[in-house]
Amino acid sequence: MAIPALTARRARLNRLDTKGSPYLYVLPFFLLFGAFGLFPLIYTGYVSFNDWDLLDAGAHEWVGLANYRELVQDPYFWNALGNTLSIWVLSTVPQLLVALWIAHLLNHKLRARTSLRMGVLLPNITSIVAVTIVFTQLFGRDFGMVNWLLGVVGLGPIDWQADTWSSHLAISIIVAWRWTGYNALIYLASMQAVPHDLYEAAELDGASSAQQFWKITVPMLRPTIIFTAVISTIGGLQIIAEPLLFAGSSTPTGGSDRQFQTAALFMYEQGFREFRFGYASAVAWTLCLVIALFAIVNYLITRRIANDEE
Amino acid sequence: MTVLADPPSTRAETPAEPRRARRRSFGYPRKASVWTYAALLAVVAGSVFPLYWSLVVSSQTSDAVAKVPPVLIPGGHLFDNIARVFDSTDFAQALLNSFIVSGSVTISVVFFSTLAGFAFAKLRFRGRKVLLVVAIGTSVVPQQLGIIPLYLLMADLGWTDRLAAVIVPGLVTAFGVFFMTQYLGRAVPDELLEAGRIDGCGTFGLFWHVVLPAARPAAAVLGLFTFMQAWNDFFWPLVVLQDNATVQVALSSLASGYTTDYTLTLTGTLLATLPILVIFMVLGRQIVGGIMQGAIKG
Repeated sequence: MAIPALTARRARLNRLDTKGSPYLYVLPFFLLFGAFGLFPLIYTGYVSFNDWDLLDAGAHEWVGLANYRELVQDPYFWNALGNTLSIWVLSTVPQLLVALWIAHLLNHKLRARTSLRMGVLLPNITSIVAVTIVFTQLFGRDFGMVNWLLGVVGLGPIDWQADTWSSHLAISIIVAWRWTGYNALIYLASMQAVPHDLYEAAELDGASSAQQFWKITVPMLRPTIIFTAVISTIGGLQIIAEPLLFAGSSTPTGGSDRQFQTAALFMYEQGFREFRFGYASAVAWTLCLVIALFAIVNYLITRRIANDEE
Repeated sequence: MTVLADPPSTRAETPAEPRRARRRSFGYPRKASVWTYAALLAVVAGSVFPLYWSLVVSSQTSDAVAKVPPVLIPGGHLFDNIARVFDSTDFAQALLNSFIVSGSVTISVVFFSTLAGFAFAKLRFRGRKVLLVVAIGTSVVPQQLGIIPLYLLMADLGWTDRLAAVIVPGLVTAFGVFFMTQYLGRAVPDELLEAGRIDGCGTFGLFWHVVLPAARPAAAVLGLFTFMQAWNDFFWPLVVLQDNATVQVALSSLASGYTTDYTLTLTGTLLATLPILVIFMVLGRQIVGGIMQGAIKG
């Protein structure tokens, strides 16, 4: 008598275990993302409709769209957005092209294969802070090695922080230096998956190696190129640490004339220097929208370009 | 920082094709020419140079950094400069903080990601596919833009300047879940789980006795990545740990004085990078492999 009852209970428990436990196991991730990822982002929307002063013990007052109205008329915001786009284009486009080239180089029978791959990846594992500090020193006006090298070939020293174009170029180099090798390895992985018969057939048809690269490799890499372009967009439009540290001081204005202040840095300045949480949140949400828009446009464009190659 | 999805490219479209092709190919991939080696060595030199340069500067006296032409060989003052870094800021505390943060985040990410990966890869439940897609999708959310409410939240919890503010949000990541789902799907045969069930294991028993041991190689790679990411994390710690800095925050304040002492700063840079470099030297092969298999974003 007792045994069937016990078995029935065990079976019920068992069913509960198989049905319920998977949810329990994935729950920590969703809870954590909800609490510290999604909730803050949504709550940013609420904060952006308020006049919210951090110093005033979080006192806030509903102001509707006032922050957004101020934003569209704020020349500092537009300046920051322009700088962001400029640095993003300058860093992403050459970065992905060079990565493609490095991947092509790595896609040979090589001695010391692993060491070469590690060498290429090294920049990506060093921290943004370390990288930016070293490059800021190398780009130094008076004693930086970049200016010394320019001097050797007869070009005048450049005050890299001082101008819009030079600061954007320097920051883009810092960003690209850190990410090129990573993207090259992603491309390499895809290149290795291209069926070799395609190259053999092309070779028989007398295609040069350049033709093979553009007519076979690049089209076959299409999904990966789209992927890296979209990811670089999402990351590139949020750039903040490089311009903050490149200034060489802790003022988040991106240079004396805001010549290299990015939009995310502007958000940080408004939030944590001016203590205007409402306004900073409006910046954050607007930037989010811009990022989503650019990611989609970028997806469509890269898809189109890659399609044309075929 | 953020994590992401697999480049949708590699595996699915060309199953098992490369190996078969290689056998009867004309010799693909091609043999590298001298120019290929030369170009690659130049790329690697460019990758290594900034770190080498920080070693040069940090092993010279302070006036060396202003020499023209620049000094390019390391000198003998490294330990003097290291002592100076520890004297001028609380670098020891910052290092300790970073070890605590990165260590606890790493253990937790590996555990919870394996658990969730096990569920996604090996258990059947309603909504599994949708939840997995949502989990991977979260990695493209620009979380950096949520820092204002996140800061308000931490202030409410009384966690500002406490390491918990940096540790807790990082306890499990979308990338970890994705990575483990991929790995466990391949590495744990269903028959093994079936056998465990027949032996009377419950789901958690299976996880503990079968899945965790099988996950060890992937757990090591994931652990490394997580440690490096947590160690290098800068922006959120900068905002929330004003007076209890991690090593990256301490480094940034070394660099942002009115006049920057570059010898001091680059010595700090070298110190802060050293743990990561050691990991990379020892396990770089696995890290490269991990990136190429699954797309990992640092």
